Amino acid sequence: MKLIFEKSVPGRHCDLLPRCDVETVELPEGFRRETAPALPELSEVDVARHYTELNHRVHGVNCGFYPLGSCTMKYNPRIDEDMAALPGFAGVHPLAPAHATRGCREVLDTAAKYLCEITGMDGMTFQPAAGAHGEFTGVLLIKQYHQKRGDTKRRKIIVPDSAHGTNPATAAMCGFEVVNIPSAPDGCVDLEALKAVLGEDTAGLMLTNPNTVGLFDQNILEITRLVHEAGGLCYYDGANLNAVMGVVRPGDMGFDCIHMNLHKTFATPHGGGGPGACAVGCKDFLKEFLPASALMDEPGHIQVRAFAGNFLVVVRALTYLLTLGREGIPEAAKNAVLNANYLMRKIQGTFEPAFDRICMHEFVLDLSEYKKETGVSALDVAKSLIDYGMHPPTMYFPMIVHEALMLEPTETESKETLDWAAQVYRELYELGKNDPEFMHNAPHHAQIARPDEVRAARQPILRWQKP
Amino acid sequence: MSYVPSTQAQRQEMLRAVGVSDYRELYRDVPEEMLLDRELDLPAGMSELEVSRTVSAMAAKNTLFSTILRGAGAYDHFIPAVVKSIPAKEEFLTAYTPYQAEMSQGVLQSIFEYQTMICELTGMDVSNASVYDGATAAAEAAAMCRDRKRRVTLISAAAHPDTINTVRTYCFGTGDELRLVPMKDGKTDLEALKAMLTPEVASFYVQQPNFFGLLEDADTLGEAVHAAGAMFVMGCNPISLGLMKSPRDCGADVAVGEGQPLGMPLGYGGPYLGFMATTQKHMRKLPGRIVGETVDAKGERAYVLSLQAREQHIRREKASSNICSNEALCALTASVYLAVMGPEGLRQAAQQSMAKAHYLMRGLTEIEGVRCVYPGPFFHEFVTTLPKQEEVLSALERAGILGGLPVEGGVLWCATEKQSREELDRAIAIVKEVLAK
Repeated sequence: MKLIFEKSVPGRHCDLLPRCDVETVELPEGFRRETAPALPELSEVDVARHYTELNHRVHGVNCGFYPLGSCTMKYNPRIDEDMAALPGFAGVHPLAPAHATRGCREVLDTAAKYLCEITGMDGMTFQPAAGAHGEFTGVLLIKQYHQKRGDTKRRKIIVPDSAHGTNPATAAMCGFEVVNIPSAPDGCVDLEALKAVLGEDTAGLMLTNPNTVGLFDQNILEITRLVHEAGGLCYYDGANLNAVMGVVRPGDMGFDCIHMNLHKTFATPHGGGGPGACAVGCKDFLKEFLPASALMDEPGHIQVRAFAGNFLVVVRALTYLLTLGREGIPEAAKNAVLNANYLMRKIQGTFEPAFDRICMHEFVLDLSEYKKETGVSALDVAKSLIDYGMHPPTMYFPMIVHEALMLEPTETESKETLDWAAQVYRELYELGKNDPEFMHNAPHHAQIARPDEVRAARQPILRWQKP
Repeated sequence: MSYVPSTQAQRQEMLRAVGVSDYRELYRDVPEEMLLDRELDLPAGMSELEVSRTVSAMAAKNTLFSTILRGAGAYDHFIPAVVKSIPAKEEFLTAYTPYQAEMSQGVLQSIFEYQTMICELTGMDVSNASVYDGATAAAEAAAMCRDRKRRVTLISAAAHPDTINTVRTYCFGTGDELRLVPMKDGKTDLEALKAMLTPEVASFYVQQPNFFGLLEDADTLGEAVHAAGAMFVMGCNPISLGLMKSPRDCGADVAVGEGQPLGMPLGYGGPYLGFMATTQKHMRKLPGRIVGETVDAKGERAYVLSLQAREQHIRREKASSNICSNEALCALTASVYLAVMGPEGLRQAAQQSMAKAHYLMRGLTEIEGVRCVYPGPFFHEFVTTLPKQEEVLSALERAGILGGLPVEGGVLWCATEKQSREELDRAIAIVKEVLAK
């Protein structure tokens, strides 16, 4: 389809603003723009149709099954959107006086209270804008803690090799040296490997539990105890909190601070890549290090972005928390786990799980044997799923499993959807054996055929140019 | 309500299929002593109607102002109806990051178009798909300018305080130094900057217009920065770029800014939009997601997430940044805004904001005791002295007007195209009345 710029007609426009009712003022010489930016010139109907056409070329949760592992693509309730759009929230200036923003404070305080209860933490901030940003905030809590105690030799953050790529990247942004430790064969922390790297230079450990292969680490209390004993702190990556909320709390596992992705666990929409929002929680002794805004709050705190965070996303998450309440939160978690186990068992016998045991909210299929046998890769299977109108799982992650496909169905999928999905996976398993060529060329009925990514990287075209 | 569609009967059937008798067995890996042996201390779940009442009651505790004369990083511009309706479409709204290009062309193309629009506004060659907000864009820019030898970041004291504090925090993270370039008459002190441009300086950041609304002499600042071999980063108000010289033409190496004025509501501070663009030369240092054009296996034009070798999921601890989720839907909002405004509409919004702010300034400074604190040209914000500050702001508030923001030395006012002459006259009259008492 055409780009919006290719639809532009010189002189066409929308009438949106009234005539200026005060005297115009000219910018002084030297500050003026010589040529106008080449924005498209269109009528409102042109714009409306362009974006409707684009919107038809997007697969969202509302279009169909979206079991993207580690991303918790659950249904985003529409009421949450209505609440965030209330003029009483959307129209509030962040620097309006405190007595005029009591409702906003109530939203933040209530959401903080509920999330502290769910995670077993004592303090909470909503300033970070996304998960990785929350990791950055959380690890800075650890950094400030050691610094305040004058414990400057703690320069290392331990990260398992199964971790999300953001973990080591975050530790590096916080000035720490990253110590990667190998996972045990079951994807959990190898206690001996952990002990071997713990020491006086340990600042902390970053861990996801359930981990990135969808298993709950049974040794978690031992792990956090060992880290504390060495003088380090434990950071909980809340990417997988959906599996355990209301069932077991990171605070009770021995973690000192945590981030939660409100756009995963608490059902706020992901918008094609954001805005997310992140809550970072911590135990009492770290509260003094939480971030604040230089303009809105008292000075002397770290700050990870302007103002109080992605507030309107917090409104959506609070609406979700209130809807689910004390029974609904664990009910969501338990059914997320049930759905994952059910789907894994229904697929099993064809594509095999990397770990044949009860999983948490997600599981990993290992296609390395299948690939050897048929030549059909995890990528081929993923691309073939697109022809069924189903979003592929997360591919080639975690890196400790080769030819990995990671599925996270979430609790908001029905048994019928899971049965259908299992049926499709089973069909593809057979298809790959009989007609691998067909799968190498998939998808066949999508918006586009497979794109040439190498060309995109080697000859970058990153903007439209006027012909 | 938990939005779980399976019936109780189906759940039992599924548990059986998994080979367990109850949910507890699904959590067999969780040590018994750790399980939460009580209900969460949260209210019981509510119906949609009850939730709607509860949350609406919270919204009702905020004061809504009919006229907003306060900016300081969050601007009350007119938002056309279509700018609200398009990003609310359920497919755009509920999609994840476009990892699978074959079913995400709509998102990818919209980002490619956004990148082009940001390049047009800033005059730069390459834009990323967005970062969290203007403050983090400044911090990411500082990080991309550092190399092994040049580690120190300079920032103008006339930048937004939240931006300064955010950049300081990012520098604290990596253990690098941030130095504040002092102001003179509300603007960056050029002579002080020159003296501070030592060989270890990686970059200098200036905000245009600055926190006090004043126009910085960006060209001259940029020349000084380049003469010292450092990189020049400009933080720009995107609406002002409808009228003002682009950062590229001012010599900037990296252009960043807060995109909120491009169709995003005030929303108590977020979600907003950090935009970030640079020259061809520094393309591979740009953090965050970038969409590129390519062809598919049939030779048709297609869009993909590109240059991923810079990113955390490939490079892990060696990545340029840990950012993954950004503000895609806000970038879409900005694109729709720029598409309906067009070059002429954007120029109008800028022109009128500037005209209204100057009208307000003239009206206010005719009142005895109120005068401009800083000399020099400004865009749509300015600082005045204001006697009986609290009393004046309260009187305005009673009339439904959010007055300027108290800052050191006075009050920082803002006007945009949204306020009519009548509204401005009313505000001026109230200030006059209180001060005449």
